[in-house]
Amino acid sequence: MTLADLFRFAIGSLGGHRLRTALSLLGMAIGVAAVVALTALGEGARRYVIDQFASIGTNLLIVVPGKTETTGIPGMVPGTANDITLQDAEAVARQIPEVDKVAPLVVGTEDVSYGARRRQVPVVGSTQEFEEVRKLSVVRGEFLPAADMERGRSVAVLGQKVAQEIFLGEEPVGKIVRIGGWRMRVIGVLAPRGVQLGMNVDDMVLVPVGTAMKMFDRRSLFRIFVQVRATADLEQAKGKVIRLFKERHDGEEDITVLTQDAVVSTFSQILGALTLAVGAIAAISLTVAGIGIMNVMLVAVSERTREIGLLRAVGVGRRQVLAVFLTEAALLSAAGGLLGLAVGWTAIEILVQVFPALPASPPPWAVGAALALSFGVGLLFGWLPARRAARLDPVLALASR
Amino acid sequence: MIRLEKICRTYQLGGQPVHALVDIDEHVEPGEHIAIMGPSGSGKSTLLYTLGCLDRPDSGSYWLDGREVARLSDEELTQIRRHLIGFVFQSFHLVPRLTAAENVELPMVFAGLSRSERRERVEAALASVALSDRIDHRPDQLSGGERQRVALARAVVMQPRLILADEPTGNLDTTSGRQILDLLDRMNDEGVTLVVVTHDPTVAQRADRVIVLVDGHIVRRLPGRDVVATANLFAPPQSREAPG
Repeated sequence: MTLADLFRFAIGSLGGHRLRTALSLLGMAIGVAAVVALTALGEGARRYVIDQFASIGTNLLIVVPGKTETTGIPGMVPGTANDITLQDAEAVARQIPEVDKVAPLVVGTEDVSYGARRRQVPVVGSTQEFEEVRKLSVVRGEFLPAADMERGRSVAVLGQKVAQEIFLGEEPVGKIVRIGGWRMRVIGVLAPRGVQLGMNVDDMVLVPVGTAMKMFDRRSLFRIFVQVRATADLEQAKGKVIRLFKERHDGEEDITVLTQDAVVSTFSQILGALTLAVGAIAAISLTVAGIGIMNVMLVAVSERTREIGLLRAVGVGRRQVLAVFLTEAALLSAAGGLLGLAVGWTAIEILVQVFPALPASPPPWAVGAALALSFGVGLLFGWLPARRAARLDPVLALASR
Repeated sequence: MIRLEKICRTYQLGGQPVHALVDIDEHVEPGEHIAIMGPSGSGKSTLLYTLGCLDRPDSGSYWLDGREVARLSDEELTQIRRHLIGFVFQSFHLVPRLTAAENVELPMVFAGLSRSERRERVEAALASVALSDRIDHRPDQLSGGERQRVALARAVVMQPRLILADEPTGNLDTTSGRQILDLLDRMNDEGVTLVVVTHDPTVAQRADRVIVLVDGHIVRRLPGRDVVATANLFAPPQSREAPG
């Protein structure tokens, strides 16, 4: 018997019991739809988080003074570790071709006041490059000026919240605020951004890096943000930055260069595991659907006992009977799987229409696994009924009512 | 065609052993027409299913077409049923969801015949039972006689050399029954060996020979033409006590 004939016969007998076929199909469809939809959601969450990190910039190196490893030889004179300086930052920008932009960072806390209102906020000193490196933007006025780094001009850019709290709706741009003992002219207000890398961008004040260094009486930088041109060059640039600092700091490797890769991949792994777990839970419903199919097939075998007896009498072999019932179970579950895939996919499409921010789409492995699993479950749970059909005694089967 | 030697078949019914067949010896020539008679429970259906390789005897030997059936595997018995034997049942055993043509086609589908060959044979078989106009009807759209004629077409479509009929007219009115018997006779005339199980003497009288079974024993053998005239058919001829 050809495969086409086998399929035709199986489809014919499934079509003979439409309601029952439809119900067990539905069970399988729900199972597969659950797997597809839930893994799509998990995958969406994972991508959402990665996108958030990417918005900060995945091609970012952060130079931190000091080496996090335990170093140093006992007996050496302590305190020779060099701070990182504005000159270091300029050297990175000038001497490393992979580097696109460099933003030095000085951080302190000061009182900001306008009229009678006063608010203690973090004051961040940086340069114009900081705007792009940290993907910031201003809603009013302009960002820090592109003057050379060391000249400390008395200008400030306010975070959204600071501007609101201090000015209470008054136009801040052009006004003079006091930051600590300094009088500063407000030149811009940042767009709301929320918390980024552990810092609330809305509740801080930006000033030129030279100003901040004078304000806090510092000669060294807190961080240097280095934006690399291409993500692919990240590791290479990292090596060059370390070598450059070693050169400039008398052969001592006294900095740490952080990349976001490690953080992103950890998050990605956690959410990936979560997706897998959710998918596995949904896959349990596939097993339930499989039991449904087994039930349907058992009923079919007992209802069609006479037919099986007849088939055996007209020269249909045991293995052919087995094949017929296994094919029916497999078709049932595969059709249910495809239906479920369509339903799950549609549900996700609708969800994405409603929440465009969530980049949810079922991962290919989950689609493949759900389909393979539904087919496998059909075969597995179809096996018992099919074997029962194949082992029926033809004489008793013919005589059954 | 058929040789039976000391065939015994016992099965359990409600914990009690039932001796369906006891020491059956029989010989059937190719082309013969045999009727098996007997009261219900006499073992005549068991004998028919044994001949049809659906039931295996517990002991004894059964040679079919020169081969000893007991030595054959299930797969080989399947092949024998497929190519050598055609079954006709009292309750027709048509698959309700399939049309007349599809029912007739069924054995050929599983035998792996090509679609064009199948179509030709279906048309010829249904024409031979005068059902060419019912080819796409389902069993529930056919009369009893028509259903049995479809079953008959299905039985011959693989061109078997042995047809086994179990009460083929049992569910039919006299006219339809006669049509079926005429068709069976015609197949027999064409050289097919025919074994019919029946309790109806008017059916049995068409046979060349009649075997009477009672309680698993062959109690009588007689020519078909004598059946109607024989009184007390199921009583052993030399019996001293009348059965209770």
